[in-house]
Amino acid sequence: MISETMKKTLFLFVFLYSFLAASAQEGPEMADLMYSNGKIYVVVGVLLLIFAGIIAYLVAIDRKVSRVERELKEKQK
Amino acid sequence: MRNWWKILAVALLIYTLVMGLTGKVPALAIVHETIRNLYFHVTMWFGMIILFTIGLVYSIRYLAGMKQEHDIIASEAIFVGTLFGTLGLLTGSLWARYTWGAWWTVDPQLNGALAAMLAYFAYVILRGSMDEEQKRARISAVYNIFAYVMMLIFIIIIPKFTNVDSMPPGKGGNPGFNTYDLDSNMRAVFYPAIIGWTLLGLWMMQLRVRIRRLKASGNI
Repeated sequence: MISETMKKTLFLFVFLYSFLAASAQEGPEMADLMYSNGKIYVVVGVLLLIFAGIIAYLVAIDRKVSRVERELKEKQK
Repeated sequence: MRNWWKILAVALLIYTLVMGLTGKVPALAIVHETIRNLYFHVTMWFGMIILFTIGLVYSIRYLAGMKQEHDIIASEAIFVGTLFGTLGLLTGSLWARYTWGAWWTVDPQLNGALAAMLAYFAYVILRGSMDEEQKRARISAVYNIFAYVMMLIFIIIIPKFTNVDSMPPGKGGNPGFNTYDLDSNMRAVFYPAIIGWTLLGLWMMQLRVRIRRLKASGNI
């Protein structure tokens, strides 16, 4: 269950990141998405990466707690 | 899918971060782009109130049934709520510095928020000061009901009935939420942001509750 959650979460980030990266490379123009609007999208990218790190950390704790819960259940059997 | 709400939290917060920074906002005097703080600062307070309400419900349930499980949920909801409130105070102070020109102002809304937070800091300290489990659970549950009422009085009731020109947006003639309320662009980010941050808080709370349960089982 949990690893499924983690996979889906990671997939979501990879999807989003590749979307950003792909849209940044479109067309021959140099003034692409990442350079437009005062480069605000670069800030968006940085925030998303930091957020991804925090979520990955939360997911890791979640999995660890789940594992201990499972171990405890088996021990009690 | 037991953990669908955690995925929902992440999805909503990604949406909040992207749209919060790049979405269309009304051009307003004084606040300018900082109006985007609505999605990050104000949502902390919404999340805090929801977490504290969970704390209140479980404190009452504890007093009704004296089940340790309810004490665990109540206290962890309050710990995460206190974290949200502290972040709300800090981000509010930073926002105030660059819109009103001061880190803190003598304002019923601001001092009320601070007083409400102090009531909950007192809860945390009160819990920490007692070793005996059942006594700690009972006393902190009773105190929590008091703290919740104080919180409502300080952050909702008193600011409403003071005639002082309050500085937070929407009060005392400042450009405010009445303007934003009409803006459907902002609403489309603000409401998902509230749900997203609140779900993230619930996730943190759930983790803490599970760790406490493991500890309570005595096998750790």
